[in-house]
Amino acid sequence: MSAPHPDTWLRVLPQGLYCEPGDFFIDPLRAVGHAVITHGHSDHARPGHGGVLATEATLAIMRVRMGEGAAGERQQPLGYRTPLDHRGVGITLVPAGHVLGSAQVVLDWQGSRVVVSGDYKRQPDPTCAAFEPVPCDVFVTEATFGFPVFRHPDPAHEIAKLLKSLTIFPERTHIVGAYSLGKAQRVIALLRAAGWDQPIFIHGALASLCALYEAHGVALGPLLPATGAAKDTLKGAIVIAPPAAAADRWSRRMNDPLIARASGWMRVRQRAKMAGVELPLVISDHADWDDLLRTVDETQAPEVWVTHGAEEALIHALSLRQIKGRPLSLVGYEDDEAPEETVAEPEA
Amino acid sequence: MTPFAELLERLVFTPGRLAKLALLRDYFTHTPDPDRGFALAAIAGDLSFTAAKPAMIRELVTARVDPTLFAWSYDYVGDLAETAALIWPGSRAGTAPRLSDVVSILSDTPKAALPAVVADWLDMCDASERLALLKLITGGLRVGASARLAKIALGEMAGVPADDIEEVWHGLQPPYGPLFDWLSGRAPKPDAAGAPVFRPTMLAHPLEETDAAALDWSAYRAEWKWDGIRVQLVATPQGRRLYTRTAEDISHGFPEILAAMEFHGVLDGELLVMRDGEVAPFADLQQRLNRKSPGPKMLKDFPAGVRLYDILFDGDEDLRALSFDDRRARLEAWFAHHQPARMDLSALIPFTAQADLAELRFGARAASIEGLMLKRGDSAYLAGRPKGPWWKWKRAPLTIDAVLMYAQRGHGRRSSIYSDYTFGLWREDGVLVPVGKAYSGITDQELAFIDRWVRAHTTSRFGPVREVEKGLVLEIAFDAAQRSNRHKSGVALRFPRISRIRTDKPAAEADRLDSLIARIPAGGPAKGEALVEEGD
Ligand SMILES: [Zn+2]
Ligand SMILES: [Zn+2]
Repeated sequence: MSAPHPDTWLRVLPQGLYCEPGDFFIDPLRAVGHAVITHGHSDHARPGHGGVLATEATLAIMRVRMGEGAAGERQQPLGYRTPLDHRGVGITLVPAGHVLGSAQVVLDWQGSRVVVSGDYKRQPDPTCAAFEPVPCDVFVTEATFGFPVFRHPDPAHEIAKLLKSLTIFPERTHIVGAYSLGKAQRVIALLRAAGWDQPIFIHGALASLCALYEAHGVALGPLLPATGAAKDTLKGAIVIAPPAAAADRWSRRMNDPLIARASGWMRVRQRAKMAGVELPLVISDHADWDDLLRTVDETQAPEVWVTHGAEEALIHALSLRQIKGRPLSLVGYEDDEAPEETVAEPEA
Repeated sequence: MTPFAELLERLVFTPGRLAKLALLRDYFTHTPDPDRGFALAAIAGDLSFTAAKPAMIRELVTARVDPTLFAWSYDYVGDLAETAALIWPGSRAGTAPRLSDVVSILSDTPKAALPAVVADWLDMCDASERLALLKLITGGLRVGASARLAKIALGEMAGVPADDIEEVWHGLQPPYGPLFDWLSGRAPKPDAAGAPVFRPTMLAHPLEETDAAALDWSAYRAEWKWDGIRVQLVATPQGRRLYTRTAEDISHGFPEILAAMEFHGVLDGELLVMRDGEVAPFADLQQRLNRKSPGPKMLKDFPAGVRLYDILFDGDEDLRALSFDDRRARLEAWFAHHQPARMDLSALIPFTAQADLAELRFGARAASIEGLMLKRGDSAYLAGRPKGPWWKWKRAPLTIDAVLMYAQRGHGRRSSIYSDYTFGLWREDGVLVPVGKAYSGITDQELAFIDRWVRAHTTSRFGPVREVEKGLVLEIAFDAAQRSNRHKSGVALRFPRISRIRTDKPAAEADRLDSLIARIPAGGPAKGEALVEEGD
């Protein structure tokens, strides 16, 4: 008997991607009874589920971001590469290289294998475990940067731009807008790797996540709260803040601020201009075009399902490689490199 | 190519003038010769290649990239060179060529060999370098800095006034070796004798009421202040140039004026679009200023002319130390002798008392008149803005009460504040139509007030723009209203600025569009009126 095709046991329901024999959802878009969560970004990890299976780091991130009560009634941590049998469905979490704790979900059912990658990237990142390709029958991928114009440069090169800017504008406070989970900590780690050993000032919204990263063994060096810091000490300093705060009222208290933004979208000038930034830094936590295709090749999957992003171009490119592409058109996954709308700064 | 590409990229995103200067200084300080000279030429518009056509770029890319993916990407990015730069497959295979090598190889390469050379370069470059290269070789380079700004940066770097650089500039060719030798202290200042160089302009102060009260009116001469742009015409045996008052060389944009400069001398005047001696609205001149090299239709439909009001050099005789009255006599004699085409002469406005002029100024409502100029008869032509010899007496602004419609975040220091406003007036059918944008005119407190108001009354957002409830009335001051096909309302305002916030006025009682249209003057200024202007 040949193995069942994945579309017989893995379906798209209004709540999200559903594994029928296992009776659970992966990154469901609304509250469900059983959820497997790939990573802690709020569009993938939503509040109010019954049982939640995820890596220990992802569960910790969920607790910090949504509070103990909302992060699932029953939390079940699962280590990387530790297969778990659930009603005959094998569930294995494998590093996705996206943010701390991020995992691909490998599902085995009666000899057929699907890998749900969640969000992922292939560039090295000192703040999380590196992506590992897993051969499979269907690879479920994102396509946030599914256009061939998105080809991320070496992030060290982008960090060098930031440091050079500080030598040209030694008086100005350089505020880097960076998504508070993952991007912010990666930018800090990249700065440390480039030799920046001065204190880095952070927006209040980043404090608990930075502490969580530190507790998971990611060294970030000296961090100080930006709010309340004397204007003088912020001269020539680097401040990391959520993008919306960097571009808004919050930044006014800084000294002649220079607004930078770390995002894959910064690659296209018109998008960078619309964001109103003075120093675009092309640093992304998502796979770029080349890496999307390379990853599909490495999984050897004859069929690829695309959850969200620019699926049309990716599916066209896959067809040129004789790979069957299918858009899942899951509505509700947002783009976590776009600015967050509002960011409340918790009281200090 | 690498430092040049980095500079261009930073300039594109840097709104502040001081920040741009810092970037330029840093570039000129750290980039070796002759690359920095060619970069300066690129900024000044003196380096343009047209050898590579967009079609060639497209062919190079589609030979390497699936055409469907390329078409979708082009659609998404919206710019051919940028799409090509981003989509070019493979990552930086070597070191990007130096700017000076690009320039010399381009000029030596036969056309047929060009595609292979360019493809090779693209392989060696990263995305920003590819973009700079493609823009440069297709003649599409837009630098976020003017030649003047680059010269100011060079001056700051070397401790030399920018005007000294202007003086030697036009005797030099890219990559301006003698200029950089002088700025680096390796050689004396290059000799510009006989070159058509810019001469620093004399500027006027605005006349406030207290100044007017203290003025000895009998010592002054009066002219109309027209709404064009101030220009300097320079013609020497070595060449002809048309400069703005900030020393931008706009010769290429106005070939008919250059052709008419059949003389040697330096003259000061107002550049205007004129039809049969009648001045067209500023919007017409704007059409010309937007074009780097106008086509025949543009030249025919928007004919430019110059209204002369001062003479700085007659031949190589420097007249700047003479009094205004003496220069005026020289100007009239010079004009009678040369009778240059496309130029006419300023007339002085006769008056006996301040009251005469006040009345004229009040009555000056033609779209192309900004007010009056007052120049002391015994004043020499002095560089800069000395207080006393020249005054500009702008007519009182017109005002309307308009409703705030959209607000946008500003740039630089104001990047976090909603400081750019689109306002509208009520049409007869009760629809609010936008009539203009204003960025200035209010205090920081008022700015903060509007910012708060905008945030609290936003109805929708598009990128940095917020649409707001129709609830805040702003009094807008402006210099003139003109008909415009490019505006939905059919009206364009000249120099709109916010004069106050009318929290006392309900939006429904703001002005109607009709009442603004009624204030558009019927034609240009009447023929035979004294026609001199000093624009700035
Ligand atoms: Zn994510
Ligand atoms: Zn996502």
